[in-house]
Amino acid sequence: MAVLVYIETEKGAPKRNGFEAASYAGKHAANTGNDCIALTLGEGDDAELAKLGAYGVSKVIKIDDARLNSFDSKAYAKAISEEAKVLGIHTVIFSQSANGKSIASRVAVRLQAGIVSGAVDVPDTSNGFLVKKTAFSGKAFAFINISSENKVVAIVPNSFGIHQGSGSASVEKGSVSLSDSDFSVTVKEIKKQVGDTLPLPEAELVVSAGRGMKGPENWGIIEDLAKVLGATTACSRPVADVGWRPHHEHVGQTGVAIRPNLYIAIGISGAIQHLAGVNQSKVIVVINKDPEAPFFKAADYGIVGDAFEVVPKLTEAIKKLKSA
Amino acid sequence: MKILVCISSVPDTTSKITFSDGDTKFNTDGVQWILNPYDEWYALVRALELKEAGGGNVTVINVGGPDNDAIIRKALAVGADDAIRVNSNVTEPFQVASQIANAAKDGGYDIIFTGKETINYNGSNIGGMVAELLDMAFVSYASKLEMSGNIATIERDIEGGKEVVEVKTPFVVSASKGLAEQRIPNMKGIMMAKRKPLNVVEEVPSEARRAIQKYILPAPKAAVKLISPDNVEELVDLLHNEAKMI
Repeated sequence: MAVLVYIETEKGAPKRNGFEAASYAGKHAANTGNDCIALTLGEGDDAELAKLGAYGVSKVIKIDDARLNSFDSKAYAKAISEEAKVLGIHTVIFSQSANGKSIASRVAVRLQAGIVSGAVDVPDTSNGFLVKKTAFSGKAFAFINISSENKVVAIVPNSFGIHQGSGSASVEKGSVSLSDSDFSVTVKEIKKQVGDTLPLPEAELVVSAGRGMKGPENWGIIEDLAKVLGATTACSRPVADVGWRPHHEHVGQTGVAIRPNLYIAIGISGAIQHLAGVNQSKVIVVINKDPEAPFFKAADYGIVGDAFEVVPKLTEAIKKLKSA
Repeated sequence: MKILVCISSVPDTTSKITFSDGDTKFNTDGVQWILNPYDEWYALVRALELKEAGGGNVTVINVGGPDNDAIIRKALAVGADDAIRVNSNVTEPFQVASQIANAAKDGGYDIIFTGKETINYNGSNIGGMVAELLDMAFVSYASKLEMSGNIATIERDIEGGKEVVEVKTPFVVSASKGLAEQRIPNMKGIMMAKRKPLNVVEEVPSEARRAIQKYILPAPKAAVKLISPDNVEELVDLLHNEAKMI
């Protein structure tokens, strides 16, 4: 039975999280001896969609209804569920993005499927359908068995990675049609933050700073370091709460949970709530003048020193490496 | 306007997470239970603000046993008018959503709020499921919500920005940071909460579609490698050659 993966698109092409979801679904399909079919909603560029073939997808189905160019959880969930039924699909994979999370739960209800969101590894199907997921805001993992015949899994961005092979997928039109009453919201505007770095939930490199910076006027050295690395900037909760930095930069238990490859924490003590949101980073570097800062216990590399001296030197050293 | 706010009981954010029974159960020894922050700080407070501005009623709903009455009274102390507790031990998301949808279906609610996720299982499932069960619109991760008549304009968090949507009541919305400012209950609120109605209703049958089999803690980190602040080149070298991150 084929595995269906919903692929988010932007301007008709798969988004970055779509390539990761395809890689994950492709791997799961291969593990279980099945085909992997991708589904896109809204108008799509066939040449761009065919590229999913290099990530384990054999066929792309697009429901190219222009009304689906804007996100609407109700209409999206109906389109995906109905197409899954037409195809006789039992397993549907999503990326756990803002939109993916909103529709995965609706699709699970429609398909009477058990759902695991927050998955970080492909299902273990040796004895059931066991999915590893993050729990307690990153402080632990849970293994959850889905017992229903239909299954929905949403994977955490940057947890499985993008695995590019070769090949090209065929692109076909889906058979589901929607009526106006299936639509429930009107998208008025999308405000994108300026800048060319990846959004935090998907970022591979993150430079983050906290109260140790003493004031918002001192963030220049943080931004310089982020810039030379091509990293996304983040901050601790107190810094967002007092308005030194925007709320969307707050990482931690009550902010954004992230899992970049490299997390550099500057002037952040490492309270348990902060660690919960970042401790799945692959490599953690901590720069703090307090040798007793709890963050050092969670770090791979640490510098006990004054951020105002260390960070500019670090930026210069990385510049030198990059230009070498 | 009739507003329903779904509230959950979760371990305090400072809780040390351990497991018992061969790592199959969360060890609740010494754990302090609190109202899920997203439910309390953002969903409930925005619901109260809407009521204060336009009149109406704010009901909170929780699915759980009598132990949860303490967090329900806290929500009443913050300002909710009344509460429903569905007396049930279910924790599987579809089962929880089924209980809420069943209790809400005849309530005539204009808006159903949830927090964007609970801080223990982080599933973000309940809002979408309740919306689907009740055939309502669902807008997730709202950081701003303004009402004009029966139309809401909602700003929601998306990767790298915000999306502004319009939606008509009735709808389900999940609250993220920024939607409102946390309110600390005062003595009067705490006293009044004791007299506000907390209606306990019995659960309806619902089917579990998944089960937690085991928990693990992240592998412990090796000791930190400390580098002298006078030798940042060594850190760059380690990140480049050992960790291969830059």
